[in-house]
Amino acid sequence: MKHLLFIFLLMMSCGSYAVDTHQLSDPKQQEAYETLTKELRCLVCQNQTIADSNAELAGDLRRQVYEMLQQGKSRQEIVQFMTDRYGDFVLYKPPFKGKTSLLWIAPVVFLVMGLTIVFFFIRRKKAVANQQSQAGALEIDVEKQKKIRCLLEKGDPS
Amino acid sequence: MLKYIIPLVLFIIMAIFLALGLNLKPSEIPSPLLNKPAPVFSAPKLQTPEEKLSPADLKGRVWLFNVWASWCTSCRAEHPVLNQLAGQHAIEIVGLNYKDDPNDAKNWLNTLGNPYNVSIMDQDGRIGIDYGVYGVPETFVIDKKGLIRYKHTGPVTAEDVQQTFLPLIAKLQAEP
Repeated sequence: MKHLLFIFLLMMSCGSYAVDTHQLSDPKQQEAYETLTKELRCLVCQNQTIADSNAELAGDLRRQVYEMLQQGKSRQEIVQFMTDRYGDFVLYKPPFKGKTSLLWIAPVVFLVMGLTIVFFFIRRKKAVANQQSQAGALEIDVEKQKKIRCLLEKGDPS
Repeated sequence: MLKYIIPLVLFIIMAIFLALGLNLKPSEIPSPLLNKPAPVFSAPKLQTPEEKLSPADLKGRVWLFNVWASWCTSCRAEHPVLNQLAGQHAIEIVGLNYKDDPNDAKNWLNTLGNPYNVSIMDQDGRIGIDYGVYGVPETFVIDKKGLIRYKHTGPVTAEDVQQTFLPLIAKLQAEP
């Protein structure tokens, strides 16, 4: 248990070291800075945002976002600036368009496919179970009738 | 029969996707800059910092824009290939010395040879951002009109030069 706790704490510590952050005087801009850097991908490490990454490029891109905010650029303009240079891949949440449609639609398609399969599977199982129980009931009936007939013909031995 | 065919078909579909996935290179990000004008800059030359170079100076010529740095180990692997290409005088090679110390950069050129017609300095990486540079080395081919026609990520090999660069350069040279 102690070991587990130790490992858990170690894991927690990984994400908590700070990378250099820029401070904007306007809290609104600061908020925009924080959300933007969490939405842009670091292209060197690929699975980290530029807010998380210590790569040099991530630092440069953070500086770029900071400077553009200081110049009063809007969120949209900054995102446009980044995609013009690095493509949609720089966005953690890619826009919905022809090229990325598969990316967005596939999960829904798979979910529907899975649900359909489960639905038919359950229905078939139920049908089989019903048939079996019906057949079982008939069998009992036949046996009971035989016994009744037997009793009627021979009389109760007891 | 269907009982066996359905899993088999599903398996084949999965195998195709996995095979495709194995052959994709996630580190090669398609550049949105292809067939767009080369981003404008005006940067000091490495050897003569008081002089500046901008893409407009190279209009009407086909040129190679190679991003390099002395701290970049893959650039060392690429360097002999560039030296050889420079020896063929097939194309003008412009170097972008990316986030480097000018003295280190000059030392590197002095010891390993200088394939560049000219190198410009991008010490804070801003030109790099404009060109969508995310890993050094990267190489762009820019045509006479100043459009980026090709981008190569990672070290250029002798094979790449023979199979991709030289045919493309010949084609672009022939364009008006």
